[in-house]
Amino acid sequence: MYDAGKIILGIAIFLVLITFPFWFTLALGNPDYQPDPELPAGQVQCVESKEYMIHWHMDLLNQWRDSVVRDGNRMYVSREYGDRHEMSLTRTCMRCHESRERFCDRCHDYTAVDPYCWDCHVEPKGE
Amino acid sequence: MDESRRNFLKIAGCSAMGVAWGVPVLRAVGQALEAEPAPGALTGKRWALAMDIQKCMRPDVMRACQQVCHRLHNVPKIDDPEEEVKWIWSEKYDNVFPNKVHKFTSDSLKGRPVLVLCNHCERPSCVRVCPTQATWKREDGVVMMDMHRCIGCRYCIVACPYGSRSFNWSDPRPNIKPDIDPEFPTRSQGVVEKCNLCAERLAKGLGPACVDAANQVAGEGAMYFGDLGDPNSEIVRVLRSRHSMQRRPALGTEPHVFYLVSTSKRSELKQKPNDFVVPVLEE
Ligand code: SF4
Repeated sequence: MYDAGKIILGIAIFLVLITFPFWFTLALGNPDYQPDPELPAGQVQCVESKEYMIHWHMDLLNQWRDSVVRDGNRMYVSREYGDRHEMSLTRTCMRCHESRERFCDRCHDYTAVDPYCWDCHVEPKGE
Repeated sequence: MDESRRNFLKIAGCSAMGVAWGVPVLRAVGQALEAEPAPGALTGKRWALAMDIQKCMRPDVMRACQQVCHRLHNVPKIDDPEEEVKWIWSEKYDNVFPNKVHKFTSDSLKGRPVLVLCNHCERPSCVRVCPTQATWKREDGVVMMDMHRCIGCRYCIVACPYGSRSFNWSDPRPNIKPDIDPEFPTRSQGVVEKCNLCAERLAKGLGPACVDAANQVAGEGAMYFGDLGDPNSEIVRVLRSRHSMQRRPALGTEPHVFYLVSTSKRSELKQKPNDFVVPVLEE
């Protein structure tokens, strides 16, 4: 093999660079970091169980959107608890989760997702 | 051996495809949403609006209608006519009814402002051209918009013969005066918007806001809102008993905003100084 030294060195540099996010976090970051969205005080439950909301809130919101806008059905019947809620980001979700910054953004920033909800829906001022 | 490998690959391929397509479908079915209309929501077979063209010419009525609608729906106020956004506004009679104007059209109509809004057509041309079905006609006749789906292509603006649609050339929020109503979403840059016949109010059991405003300012009978599918509704009775017009009916869109025209009363005709006779035509 010609220039074996250079090639191997090149591959090594390449591997180091491409794995940068992994070893950098291991070395200097805090791999145990968990985002910590602030839950509303004095509330015991959401429209569904906590686990369900963590994993499926985006699908649920999409279904709410379609139901309200396309079908004109605005009341949600909770699968878990059977109670009814108006399907509204502003009037239902954010009545309790008052601050986008201290709730939504905490995880969204961590996972680097950037939903466009608030381009149109008005977020509460969040004292 | 060859044969069986071939079969194996076929079966494996089909299964993989089945799983790939089946899983999302099953997931969606398994998660079907339980939803229902809000209690008290207005339901109709075919919503329509009728306005007394002369009563709604009053500047205070027009102002009230526009103000309440634009505030409620966070419609931005942009003065540049090339970028303005409007849901309800006024246009010259001659342009609203181009085929209903001639040399001798009464001065009470000619050149006067007429209140206009989306016609919620029976055969809406905007709906036909929308490539994403962001705009569509609901069962009850409301021509709705799903802002989540609008890609801003503006075909609908070109297709609508009534100019009922506006485009957001820039972020509307800085131009929403006096302030944003948090109860209703704003729009974002790059989407089209128009009157939604107050769908969000119908869902709460309320009629359109402009109708309430007009009737408050000009007295009952300035505007009517109701269900054409109900033969006993007030709007059907009014349309049956009074002369009404639609905008540019020859286009075949079948607008569902009707303009009621007051014809001169017999007594008024008698007072006229000249002696012309109104011919009475036999049927
Ligand atoms: S029906 Fe509602 S949205 Fe349409 S013009 Fe009247 S107030 Fe505005």
